[in-house]
Amino acid sequence: MITFIVRRLLLGLFTVWLISMLAFAIIQLPPGDFVDSYIANLAAGGASVSADEANAMRKLYGMGQPIYVQYGKWIVRVVAGDLGESMEWRRPVAEVIGDRIWLTLLLSFAALLVTWGLALPIGIFSAVRQYSVADYIFTLIGFIGIAVPNFLLALIILYAAFRYLGLSVGGLFSAEYALAPWTWDKVKDLSWHLPLPAMILALSGTAQLIRIMRANLLDELRKPYVVTARAKGLSEMRTILKYPVRAALNPFASNIAYLFPYLVSGSIIISIVLGLPTVGPLLVRALIAQDVYLGGAIVLLLGVLTVIGTFISDLVLMWVDPRLRHQMD
Amino acid sequence: MAEPILSVRDLHTEFVANEGIIRAVDGVSFDVFQGRTLGVVGESGCGKSVTARSILGIVERPGRVTGGQIILRPADGPPVDLLKLPAKAMRDIRGPEIALVFQEPMASFSQYYTIGNQIMEGIRLHLGLSRRAARDRAIELLDMVGVPQPSRRVDEYPFQLSGGLRQRVMIAMALSCDPRVLIADEPTTALDVTTQAQILDLLRDLQQKQGLALILITHDMGVIAEMAHDVAVMYLGRAVETGPVGEIFSAPRHPYTRALLRSIPTVLAKPRTRLPTIEGSIPHPSNRPTGCAYHPRCLEIIDERCRAQEPPETGAATTRIRCFLHGGAA
Ligand SMILES: Nc1ncnc2c1ncn2[C@@H]1O[C@H](COP(=O)(O)OP(=O)(O)OP(=O)(O)O)[C@@H](O)[C@H]1O
Ligand SMILES: [Mg+2]
Repeated sequence: MITFIVRRLLLGLFTVWLISMLAFAIIQLPPGDFVDSYIANLAAGGASVSADEANAMRKLYGMGQPIYVQYGKWIVRVVAGDLGESMEWRRPVAEVIGDRIWLTLLLSFAALLVTWGLALPIGIFSAVRQYSVADYIFTLIGFIGIAVPNFLLALIILYAAFRYLGLSVGGLFSAEYALAPWTWDKVKDLSWHLPLPAMILALSGTAQLIRIMRANLLDELRKPYVVTARAKGLSEMRTILKYPVRAALNPFASNIAYLFPYLVSGSIIISIVLGLPTVGPLLVRALIAQDVYLGGAIVLLLGVLTVIGTFISDLVLMWVDPRLRHQMD
Repeated sequence: MAEPILSVRDLHTEFVANEGIIRAVDGVSFDVFQGRTLGVVGESGCGKSVTARSILGIVERPGRVTGGQIILRPADGPPVDLLKLPAKAMRDIRGPEIALVFQEPMASFSQYYTIGNQIMEGIRLHLGLSRRAARDRAIELLDMVGVPQPSRRVDEYPFQLSGGLRQRVMIAMALSCDPRVLIADEPTTALDVTTQAQILDLLRDLQQKQGLALILITHDMGVIAEMAHDVAVMYLGRAVETGPVGEIFSAPRHPYTRALLRSIPTVLAKPRTRLPTIEGSIPHPSNRPTGCAYHPRCLEIIDERCRAQEPPETGAATTRIRCFLHGGAA
């Protein structure tokens, strides 16, 4: 078991390394070197950089040296926490990203909770009461949920809230808290704003998960061990929850990691529509403006988070599946 | 003879399917006595498993018991018709009164819980024991059915056991609440020959020690000869001949029983000759032949009556038969 974890860990590190090269490649992508475009950018803004400053920067970034030296210098600085300078914002990338990465995680996690909280019970109910009226209704809602793009839903809700309730539902904070430092009141404000975007973001995933859960459980319900449980005299509720549901849940553990990048990329459009302070819109802008260090840093962060997520779901899967646990001993 | 513990009378169980109503069990009757083994024998698909599930009231949708009686005579109190019991009372029958051992020991356990967990569940539910006491009892039971190192095995998962051990554990689980009737549904088909013999020995042993009434479902006449006191031969959802093993093996009367007996390999048979098999194949219950359901395959068919009418059940109290060769004149 330990060897399995170690192997996974090493594999994760290797993946992170590949991602870092990818991020570096993004940074190298625009023609000309970074310092040139940085200076040009500054000049366009009316500021100027002395030749000394420019040379100092060239040295810092290892310009003119072989590419692996540049990569080496970059990665050392990244590991030390210096993600570089954002051209567009004229501030360190770390500062620009700031809370956004945590808010992205929070939003994704909330969407995941909503997805599971809704999809699992509904999926179970639909399977147990297969072909009932309620099953058909949930199926219909589910297909609508899969078919409607969630940004459209976001737009409709924005419009409806504004038109009929006079509310502005965008953002994750009220105006007075948006730039304020973290306080309890700000957290409370956040918890008020979080559910709606989380729900919109969760919609299509929920609809899909209902289908998956229903199909899984229908499969499991036919298995002989369910008959065994009934033959023991367990109540129907207990039989279903303890045995087939447990088995049908297993695949979900391995889905955590898979869902994360999906939620992040899914959240980009929603974040733009709803004006959410997540990394999604930032990434889009960075890519459009060729703000290479910002874009590279975001790609790197998301990649690393996904790898961590994968590792965690490996652990979870091992924890919930005794067969997997014992295979490895 | 004493009164039977369990009497099944004219049991009907149907499945609603696309091709129409499938009468999986279509008028089965038999009696089970304390300390005796009833062998239920018949080809695949004749409704043996569905009969077993009907007795326990666990036929799954779209199946439904549509008629008959299942009379259980509890140790204390008057006989009850299980088909008329409310759901809660029926759950209390499963385990402490009637228990089931299944065909596939692997698929019949959940792979997500230890065997101890799965055995203790019924014990705690029906006998109300504490976790500790239930665990002790589970270990005792494992020991009783011949699982080595029971106190270690109790914490293992089903996939860690061999097929034979799994079936022993399944038997331990079935016996966990001291049932009076044990139904074993082809308990050895998934096992190799030596293990089969061991499991059958175990069942016979336990039955003698505990005075169980055992319903042994099989399609193997050899197993019946070795294990059973009484036999019910099933064909397409019905018991076509029932009676004590001795009588039926020495003087089988129903043509189907005779055909089944001919198909047992014997030590005396000439090597490399084909075993006699039964002509034709069993029809699916959804298109049951008219008249006697066996008539298309019957070698001793007498006349039009067999094709047109169903033979009624005739015979003495202990030996009953459905065949026009033996009474039931129209
Ligand atoms: N869930 C179900 N839905 C529809 N038909 C079913 C279902 N379960 C059983 N049947 C039908 O009932 C009939 C009897 O099945 P059963 O499982 O009792 O046979 P069996 O005698 O136990 O056979 P085997 O020796 O193969 O175990 C079969 O023809 C089968 O088609
Ligand atoms: Mg069967």
